[in-house]
Amino acid sequence: MDLRINFSSGVPIYLQLMEQIKHAVDTGAIREGEQLPTIRKIAEDLAMNPNTAARAYRELEREGVIEVRHGSGAYVAEPKTSSGKAAAIRRAGEVLRHAIGKGAALGLSESELRRVFENELSRLSDDATAAGRRT
Amino acid sequence: MNDIVIATHGLSKSYSGKPALRSLDLATPRGSICGFLGRNGAGKTTTLKLLLGMLRPSAGEIRLFGERVNSEASSVAARSRLAFVSEDKELYPFMTVGQTIRFTRAFFPTWRRDLEEKYLDLFRLPREKAVPKLSKGMRTQLMLLLAMARGAELLLMDEPTSGLDPAMTEEILQALADLAVSDGTTVFFASHQLAEVEQICDRVCLIDEGQTVIDGVLDDLKSQYRRILLVFDGEPPRELAGFPGIDHVRRRGRTASLLAHVDVDAVVDRARGLGPRSVEVLPVTLRELFLDHVRGE
Repeated sequence: MDLRINFSSGVPIYLQLMEQIKHAVDTGAIREGEQLPTIRKIAEDLAMNPNTAARAYRELEREGVIEVRHGSGAYVAEPKTSSGKAAAIRRAGEVLRHAIGKGAALGLSESELRRVFENELSRLSDDATAAGRRT
Repeated sequence: MNDIVIATHGLSKSYSGKPALRSLDLATPRGSICGFLGRNGAGKTTTLKLLLGMLRPSAGEIRLFGERVNSEASSVAARSRLAFVSEDKELYPFMTVGQTIRFTRAFFPTWRRDLEEKYLDLFRLPREKAVPKLSKGMRTQLMLLLAMARGAELLLMDEPTSGLDPAMTEEILQALADLAVSDGTTVFFASHQLAEVEQICDRVCLIDEGQTVIDGVLDDLKSQYRRILLVFDGEPPRELAGFPGIDHVRRRGRTASLLAHVDVDAVVDRARGLGPRSVEVLPVTLRELFLDHVRGE
């Protein structure tokens, strides 16, 4: 598993780590039952803060993506319903390709499209956190 | 058992009537690596000197390891549990690495030979090498080794990586990560290198003009703060500045840039009500947080 963290972006580091581990699980780069690197290893390899790495693992465990066995490390958990995930990713790819095509037809450049995309995405996650706060 | 290693409350220091620190509040939990940020002259060095007992506060209190530091005896007790790695890395020029280690070891009954060996090995420091022949990076590593092997629970550092090449900087940061994992050492370090602070710190404390502006978990700050970019048809409306929940407003031509961290959605809704042509909500980097907080409008 190849972890790349952009430390100077505005995206929280523990979220980046979570996303990358989830992606590795979704793509099959690491599979059910396989062991994840220890927090110590991640902290040392990336020279990042171990508390932050531990936070990512705690959240992943809470979401059921990984399972932490005390004394022996963290493992990829048995997937709950992720069999449809690969198909969902493919489907989302088609939808986005279509949307990008439409955006390009409006005369927007690649970087302009990316900006629009990121902005919509951040609005989505803001709405999600706002909804989370309300409940 | 107190889990806040460094706590200051209303800490103030004046030099002949001129305030250098005005009511600084800090709280650094055990096991965290806290980046201490601020412009030159913001009060960082004064704060470090106060924590090290090299200066007496004009007002306010300092607690280290949960104990109030207000007397010679309490200061000595606290200092036996912390170590300082300075920017200039003062070491005796007439000694070798091995002699420096032996000399320092003699002062500390709790010296850990295992850590001495570990860091000599990790940093590939040759014992027989004379101190003046060490590179700046190796001097930093030797200072770190001395601090760690004496079993310090808290490491105070002033610009530990200034003047080091990227590879050496990475080695130092890896050593700090390793320390935090293995020994739960708390690290508090003043730095201007925002990139390395973002990489290694879980907390940041930003001070300006002698006061705490931000003190918190870095990832939480990144989750909370948002930049809201607004483009209007004409000049951005004046009432933007009076919005509740806005930390900072900057106008340039027809655009206004807001920084907010409380109830961002409400701020965005209100901003939309002013009829801008476009609204963008973007994440905020540490660099932007720093610049927006220390420059004012």
